Amino acid sequence: MQDASLAHDAHEPGFWRKYVFSTDHKVIGMQYGITALLFMFFGFCLMLLMRWQIANSGQAVPFLGKLLLKIHGPDMISADKSGALGVISSDLYNSYGAMHGTIMVFLAIVPLAFGAFGNFVTPLQIGAPDMTFPRINMASYQFYFMGGIIMLASFFIPGGAAKAGWTSYSPLATVGDMHRPDGQTFWIIGMVCLINSSLLGAVNFITTIIQLRAKGLNWFRLPFFVWAQFVTAFLLLLAFPPLEAAGVLQLADNLLGTSFFLPTGLVVSGTAVHISGGGSPLLWQHLFWFLGHPEVYVLILPAMGIVTEIIANNTRKPIWGYRSMVYSAMGIGFLSFIVWAHHMYLTGMGTRIATFFQTTTMMISIPSVIILTSLFISLWGASIRFTVPMLFALAFLPMFGIGGLTGLPLGFNVSDIYLHDTYYVIAHFHYIVAPGTIFGLFAGIYYWFPKITGRFMNDFWGRVHFGLSFIFMNCIFLPMFFQGMAGMSRRMYDGGLTYEAQQATATQAGIPGLSHFVVHDLNHFIFWAAICLGLSQIPFIINFFWSIDHGKQTHSDNPWDATTLEWQTPTPPPHGNFTKAPEVFRGPYEYSLPGQARDFTPQNEPDQPEPLTHGNPVRS
Amino acid sequence: MEIPYAVKPRPDTGLYNSKIGIWLFLASEVMLFGALFSSYILLRVNAEPGTWPHHLLNVPLGATNTIVLILSSVTVVFSWAALKMNQFHLYKIFQGITLLCALTFLGIKSFEYRDKFNHFEIQLKNGKVADGHINRAKTTQDLFVFEAAREVASHADLMEPPAAGVRLEELSIPMTDIKDRADGKGKEIENYGPWHSSYLAIYFVLTGLHALHVVGGAIVIFVIWGPLAKVWKQDPERYVNRVEVSGLFWHFVDLVWIFLFPVLYLL
Amino acid sequence: MREHSNPHAAADAGHAVAEAKRHMVTYAIIGVALMIGTAMTVWASYADFGSRKINIVVALAIATTKGSLVAGFFMHLISEKKMIYSVMACTVFFFAALMFLTLWSMHAPNIVHTPH
Repeated sequence: MQDASLAHDAHEPGFWRKYVFSTDHKVIGMQYGITALLFMFFGFCLMLLMRWQIANSGQAVPFLGKLLLKIHGPDMISADKSGALGVISSDLYNSYGAMHGTIMVFLAIVPLAFGAFGNFVTPLQIGAPDMTFPRINMASYQFYFMGGIIMLASFFIPGGAAKAGWTSYSPLATVGDMHRPDGQTFWIIGMVCLINSSLLGAVNFITTIIQLRAKGLNWFRLPFFVWAQFVTAFLLLLAFPPLEAAGVLQLADNLLGTSFFLPTGLVVSGTAVHISGGGSPLLWQHLFWFLGHPEVYVLILPAMGIVTEIIANNTRKPIWGYRSMVYSAMGIGFLSFIVWAHHMYLTGMGTRIATFFQTTTMMISIPSVIILTSLFISLWGASIRFTVPMLFALAFLPMFGIGGLTGLPLGFNVSDIYLHDTYYVIAHFHYIVAPGTIFGLFAGIYYWFPKITGRFMNDFWGRVHFGLSFIFMNCIFLPMFFQGMAGMSRRMYDGGLTYEAQQATATQAGIPGLSHFVVHDLNHFIFWAAICLGLSQIPFIINFFWSIDHGKQTHSDNPWDATTLEWQTPTPPPHGNFTKAPEVFRGPYEYSLPGQARDFTPQNEPDQPEPLTHGNPVRS
Repeated sequence: MEIPYAVKPRPDTGLYNSKIGIWLFLASEVMLFGALFSSYILLRVNAEPGTWPHHLLNVPLGATNTIVLILSSVTVVFSWAALKMNQFHLYKIFQGITLLCALTFLGIKSFEYRDKFNHFEIQLKNGKVADGHINRAKTTQDLFVFEAAREVASHADLMEPPAAGVRLEELSIPMTDIKDRADGKGKEIENYGPWHSSYLAIYFVLTGLHALHVVGGAIVIFVIWGPLAKVWKQDPERYVNRVEVSGLFWHFVDLVWIFLFPVLYLL
Repeated sequence: MREHSNPHAAADAGHAVAEAKRHMVTYAIIGVALMIGTAMTVWASYADFGSRKINIVVALAIATTKGSLVAGFFMHLISEKKMIYSVMACTVFFFAALMFLTLWSMHAPNIVHTPH
């Protein structure tokens, strides 16, 4: 057999091969990570612009007015009463809203949680030299990059970026903008690129986890992080294609004049649209949400995986209920495919089918609660080390708890009639993704940073970052529950001013719950909390870059004293990861085993001669 | 650095990597075409009576394409079996036939597409509808000439093919007899492109996406058959695996057509 | 081509050839069956069974049979490993869920259709 390893050492790849067109999963993971964090920053900025508009409707954005005018043109940016430039039009607000959602979900969180952490950590944790298909891995990043560029480019075309929500509902998505091609078309093409990126990634992850587990690493010895990525990959694999199909159909509606989602008799601005008709807007919604629901589990599962690793490591105990958690993750994955129409309770489905979806939605909360409860119980009797990763991981638990529990009134058909499309929904899902998933991702960054760089991130500033982010995230999203219950709808570019109770006129009714406090005071409060949240990220950003070269050195390949395989490699792991293929002898969380000298035993440490009960040293 | 199980199967799963990879990919393709088939069913079930045509497409051509794809499926698996028997020569022949079948399929499909773009439906001012194939040579700005057409009382009458024994004839219609569009953008003249009706829309998307898969599959098979044939000498097991995996994709493409043909052409 | 030190190499190779030949006969038979199925499905579409629904059921039944033959024999699913089988079974289940749940949601008996 030709000796591939010798031939490889003989040539060191050039800059482009090593850092840009790399097929090494660690490099690709970092490419995903950096790109995703940049997109997250951009999506955050869009949110700040929106929150300004909501709190100060009709006033020009300070400092940035001229720049916004240059980018968006006079159709979208106008002058306010005092003559200052930079008033965000309602169309532009809708663009910001649609793109904030799209960018955060598809260009930031999923690429970071799945593409970055998944790519970097998974092969290491299973003892593999790389993914099974390294070139396809590279291609998946390139598709992602292309999709991102297309999405960003859409801001600069006539008509601007997509405006019909991250959900791109028809007919608005087709008739909302008469420019051709329009931002919505770019959105669809961008989504096709992103979907293909995820599909390629999913194939890679699943095959790798099945085929490249190290010797002795059987399924129930896998770290929960790997299980989480495995289920996530299946969700991406099977749930994304219907959205790709729907995207093709909507693209045909936009560009070819078809009527897949356009009903007969559609009238826009008083004129009947010249289409064949016969289409169904509801069909788009079904196809979109068929992905849309599994997508939210794609957003949360990797974060649960990260948090589990960090909790086990910082409690110095095995995870309580590991097996239940694994079965729950599989249960979540399976059930997530048959709950989607709880996003569509107000479409007139009929009570029988609505009850079906309500039932499955209630059922899926059970495995989620099992996972959360297991993590909580894992803290019982533990020697908790309050490291920075652990702070974020601990905060994840109640934050995800709030997010998850507030989903229950939305899952019930009847209460959802009131809450659908209000700020309550926004608060619910942001609690899960922002102080939920993003905290899990921050935890992961602080946790695995030493493996990549050999240095810790600064501890003090990590705690500052944590404390401030925690406070301000709650300040932003907690009031939104109350706004929603008071009757504030989503996607109102003036923050509800038009419907404020005391603004009621003879022709425009006000919503009784929308008091001055709810509309004016809370929106201002949220805006300032958002600004503060943004400022709180500055220590993190500086810490991240500064620590690469100046952080406290770890002087160990396993600075956290962890049991999983990624810590049993050199720092940083070389190309090929392990100098010798590892062999696994035990489960993933063998902390504080009685009778052992150390309070942790790495997975690849051979068995010690000690009394065995049934010949099985693995504790599950 | 060598990725394990790229060629030799892993003992406990019994599979090599790319076989799992292709089946996973095919699973995603099932969902992709499945969503489109679901859309087809929904559009058809919700269509107003008298708007969904029956036997509109050319059945003999569609049936021929079906036979062509089935034949190519047989030759693709024959070629893999030939490699297993170490008969590289036979593999080359069978796979060559596969590629010819692919080209034939695409040729017939393009002919069908072109035919649809030459098929026009015109709303007349007297309330009747004229429908047939355009004679582009004779058609001018003032006169629309069909080379073979029929005139019917309403759009719903076009949903069935012309009755047996009815001959379609040449028909010339002055532009002034043709109804104007309500939005003022010209006359009510529309060809049988995807914009014509939900049926044609889903037909073009389904068969178009399928045709793209035929092209993709054929390119992969060709590259393995032609430029990469030298890998057979260097690493025969790896080569056979690639042939098997590309063959699996090809069979899937055939499988989709097995459902597309009756659903679109016959029902 | 490298040789492995297998004393049974020749016998194994011969066995593989015989098996491959058997497979080819099977493939040919399945191929013919598929052609016949195609002819049947065309004929059945022109036949009058009374209700259009029966035509649809017949066409889908023939198509499903043909598809199963392709998947089972050409794609070797019938002798494939459990891993592959379970992935495809899950996929088929989810496809069915997508199709039927969407249909039922949009065609439930108590949906009010706005007249136009």
